[in-house]
Amino acid sequence: MSRRLHAYVLGHRRAYLIGFALSLLSTGLSVTNPWVLRLAVDGIRSGAAPRLLVGLAAAYVGIALTGGFIRYHWRMKMLGAGRRIEYEIRNDYFAHLQRMHQAFFQHTRTGDLMARAINDLNTISRLVGVGIMHSFNTIFMFTAAGTLMFAIDRPLALVVLGILPLVSLVFVLLGRRIHRQYEQVQEQFSTLSARAQENFSGIRVVKAFAQESAEIATFGAINREYMTRSLRLARTSGALWPAMTLILGGAAAAVLWQGGQAVVAGRITLGQLVQFFGYLMMLSWPMIALGWVATIVQQGLASMRRIETILDSRPVIAEPPDPVRPERLRGEIEFRDVSFAYNGVPVLRGINLRIPGGATVAIVGPTGSGKTTLVSLIPRLFDPTGGAVLVDGIDVRRLSLPVLRGSIGLVPQESFLFSDTLEGNLAFGLEGGDGSRAREAAETARLAPEIAGFPLGYQTVVGERGVTLSGGQKQRATIARALARDPGILILDDALSSVDTRTEEEILQALRRFMATRTSLIISHRISTVRGADLIVVLGDGRIVEQGTHDALLAAGGLYADLYQKQLLKEALEADEASTP
Amino acid sequence: MSTAFHEDEIIGAAYDARLMRRLMGYVRPYRAAVALAVVLLLLTSAASLVGPYIVRIAIDEHITPGRLEGLGVVILAYLGALAAAFILRYAQTYMMARVGQHAMYDLRMELLTHLQRLSVGFYTRHPVGRLVTRVTNDIEALNEMITQGVVAIFGDLVTLVGIVAILLYLDWRLALATMLVLPVIILFTARFRAVAREAYRAIRVRLARINAFLNEHIMGMGIVQLFGREAREQARFEELNREHLAAGMASLRSFAIFHPVVGAMSAVAVAIIIAYGGAQALAGTISVGLVVAFVQYAQRFFEPIEDLAEKYNILQAAMASAERLFRLLDEPVEVEDPPAPVRADRVRGEIEFRGVWFAYESAPEHDWVLRDVSFHIRAGESVAFVGHTGAGKSSIINLITRFYDPQQGCVQVDGHDVRRWDQRELRRHIGLVLQDVFLFAGTIEDNIRLGTSSITSEQVRRAAEFVNAARFIERIPDGYQAQVQERGATLSVGQKQLIAFARAIVHNPDVLLVLDEATSSVDTDTEILIQDALGRVMQNRTSIIIAHRLSTIQHVDRILVIHKGRIAEEGTHRELLARGGIYTKLYQLQYRDQEMRHDT
Repeated sequence: MSRRLHAYVLGHRRAYLIGFALSLLSTGLSVTNPWVLRLAVDGIRSGAAPRLLVGLAAAYVGIALTGGFIRYHWRMKMLGAGRRIEYEIRNDYFAHLQRMHQAFFQHTRTGDLMARAINDLNTISRLVGVGIMHSFNTIFMFTAAGTLMFAIDRPLALVVLGILPLVSLVFVLLGRRIHRQYEQVQEQFSTLSARAQENFSGIRVVKAFAQESAEIATFGAINREYMTRSLRLARTSGALWPAMTLILGGAAAAVLWQGGQAVVAGRITLGQLVQFFGYLMMLSWPMIALGWVATIVQQGLASMRRIETILDSRPVIAEPPDPVRPERLRGEIEFRDVSFAYNGVPVLRGINLRIPGGATVAIVGPTGSGKTTLVSLIPRLFDPTGGAVLVDGIDVRRLSLPVLRGSIGLVPQESFLFSDTLEGNLAFGLEGGDGSRAREAAETARLAPEIAGFPLGYQTVVGERGVTLSGGQKQRATIARALARDPGILILDDALSSVDTRTEEEILQALRRFMATRTSLIISHRISTVRGADLIVVLGDGRIVEQGTHDALLAAGGLYADLYQKQLLKEALEADEASTP
Repeated sequence: MSTAFHEDEIIGAAYDARLMRRLMGYVRPYRAAVALAVVLLLLTSAASLVGPYIVRIAIDEHITPGRLEGLGVVILAYLGALAAAFILRYAQTYMMARVGQHAMYDLRMELLTHLQRLSVGFYTRHPVGRLVTRVTNDIEALNEMITQGVVAIFGDLVTLVGIVAILLYLDWRLALATMLVLPVIILFTARFRAVAREAYRAIRVRLARINAFLNEHIMGMGIVQLFGREAREQARFEELNREHLAAGMASLRSFAIFHPVVGAMSAVAVAIIIAYGGAQALAGTISVGLVVAFVQYAQRFFEPIEDLAEKYNILQAAMASAERLFRLLDEPVEVEDPPAPVRADRVRGEIEFRGVWFAYESAPEHDWVLRDVSFHIRAGESVAFVGHTGAGKSSIINLITRFYDPQQGCVQVDGHDVRRWDQRELRRHIGLVLQDVFLFAGTIEDNIRLGTSSITSEQVRRAAEFVNAARFIERIPDGYQAQVQERGATLSVGQKQLIAFARAIVHNPDVLLVLDEATSSVDTDTEILIQDALGRVMQNRTSIIIAHRLSTIQHVDRILVIHKGRIAEEGTHRELLARGGIYTKLYQLQYRDQEMRHDT
């Protein structure tokens, strides 16, 4: 068992120990019932008083009730511990995910991370629940019933001992084959799934080339093979339970044959034979459970390994060991010979840029020139591969992460809101969720009038299970969310692209007051957004190609001037649009 | 294994007569096999109930009187019954697996065939992942119901009835006394089933919430971290997780009570047999063997009852799946073929739009993509559509191929409304090249030929040569037989484009539509190959290009400028430039750079 899983189990050792004790007790009680039956049968044979039979019947019920009571607590203890461990691992798993860096989430698929938190944890829960419960119970039951069988009659017990292992043997032999064939079925299931997925994703090509019939034929062949493999599996797996029944029945027949002779010979009583039968029945489940438990343990350990690969991956970006915690950051930012490569592909090279506290800097450049990456380095969503990013003269890697991120308000390119109320979303970055600050921010971001129009106002639920906001509304909500934190550094990553020019102008107007005292970085494609900045930085292919004020850059006639020309043309086209009726 | 389960998988009734009837429709073709399986099942139950009866005979007729001769015969008979039970049960299990697999094969084919008929619009509205789940997991749930659920429940019932019958036959008074506990068990089981269903449902709902929360927070983890929300999100997650744990414990409790109570009831039944049956045996009215046989039957009696209660979940999941599957099967076909379609061996390629109004939305008032568009393209003419992003260019292609139908006006090919053509027939004459080239799993040759088996390897090679794709394909190890990896991730954008040309041209279309819109990074050498290929494939056929390449718009017969959903200008490159209108601005915005690039 893995060390980590071991530790989780040890955390519940009390529950498990009580569970073991109860399991022992319950086993002890269940083996007494066949003994009661024996007394009854022998009593009938020897012509005992009916009162004895009534007493035995009462004892039988009494034992069963006590046993049931114990089994209830036994199950609750052991299986409950299993569920609690699942709960604990899931919490730890999520906590670990929250510590992981951005790049981790980019190269790990969301579905995969979720499968671990749901399916794998379910399997682990079974391992530490029914898995542990049954493996011990099987041992107890086997020992107790086996011992008593030998106590009754050695030769008879040896006969059973010769036959019962066949159950496990068949389970292992067939099991191996079933496992292999099951894998083949699963493989074909994946093929089937993949083919359906391709068909649906490529439906335009399928239709454009009139390939529907060919697609149906291809899918049909895959589907048929799936059926063939499933039936092959059914031919093997279908034999499993009948074979079990056959072997157990064979054991019963042998006991009846040998035992009958022993009774006639006077070696054992008829009652003892009945008792023996009782133990045989009791053992059949543990014998079958052996194979079942083995599978549960195997699957559970495999799942635990999958969880551990995540838990073992170290966050690349974490709180430094001895963090600097300034009272408040002034917001002076410096990029010192910064380069950044993603998966070996250079994205930024040799960036040197100094932004004084309180300045407004615009970053422009074509798609893929590295603008988003550049600003992501400030709150340490990524760390540079070369050089350093400094805030207030301190390398961000030495600053306390909560302090650094707490003084930055970033509005990302993609407006991501959580399924929560608008207020919950706007106050996302506020300790204790101060409603008035969120409302103020909504005013600044020009979202307030529309919120007032919603029947539930700030209590409107947005996101997947709520109201669908327009692209512009979402962007303004994310701006308000950032403003509500009152950050010393404001970063807008193309955050106004979905709002119309007039609203943009209004927001910028309102933001100007805000930005006057704060360092602001604005990424935008619109010249109207960036022209008022103190400094405009033009990125091209990961480098700074130009920088200066709007007028200076226009005069230089470079990339920025070209962008400006195009912007004018676009505006002219949009004006044409407006004039078309 | 299913990871994708959403709140839409949360489930209602375990039995819905309407759904069940429809489901049974898929089993009907195999009713002979089902009937046989039922007979086998009855025989299996009979054979498996022989055991205690044999024990009675052995005790009463051989062991008690001490007469060993004949015991061997009884034992042999028992072994024979066991062997028969083995064979019968195996055959029955396999028969049902066959029925289930065949029914699911049929259903899956019906579903896929139906999906092929649904319009492109349907696919833009429904996430692919969910459709895949329908074809895979939902159908599996039904299979499980047929092979395990229904049969097992039936088998359990048969066993129950069988035991009752044998007990009554052996000694009706003792049988009735034993079954005194039955009403209690039935009531208790019914109650348990209700509780267990609620518990199961609660677990599913809460797991779905954990799922949704995780999905959202993994995707928005950057925001969580930037806004320093880790601790509070952890608290929220633990709350959801705790609710799930509580539901799990409730379910655990209901099972932990159920099993011991059934066990206790079974003990009461055995106690009755000991006390009442024992007294009868003492009095000599019944034999000892009968008492032992009764005890053994009584112990078996409760297994199927416990089983029945647990089979409930399978039924419940299957009903929910059936509901979703049938909803998809009932999805109406929006773009339908006419009853008596136009047929043509060859299409001249004359295309006309007449007063076409089109919107992707069903409520189009605000979002017209095309507004009263009319134009006529002569057979063999080459035409380029240009326009600002979102002007409506690509919808022209969507209407000619009849991926969508216009709300007003009509689109004609060779003078016939496209709605009067058989869709596949119409599209067979059209070659479509999309910018975002979709490659299927398979070889490069498969991707050029697609499923058209009449196309020979030789034709594939010639087509590849014609569009300048042969050179790079032959340089790949395995050439045309090379497997396309991960939707063509190992191929460059330009190479995929060339494959798309080959794919279009090998099908020998009469009309060629090229959607060449989004600018992409293609290296200069490949760019030259593509331009050359484009020029060649346009020869001798009507060609409509949604163009982003300067060289293309310079060489077509005519350019149509779409602006805000209308045809704003038309003419050749030179004529339009000379006009100094929208085209001139577009040209400066989109194409001038290419000119500069070529000049340098």
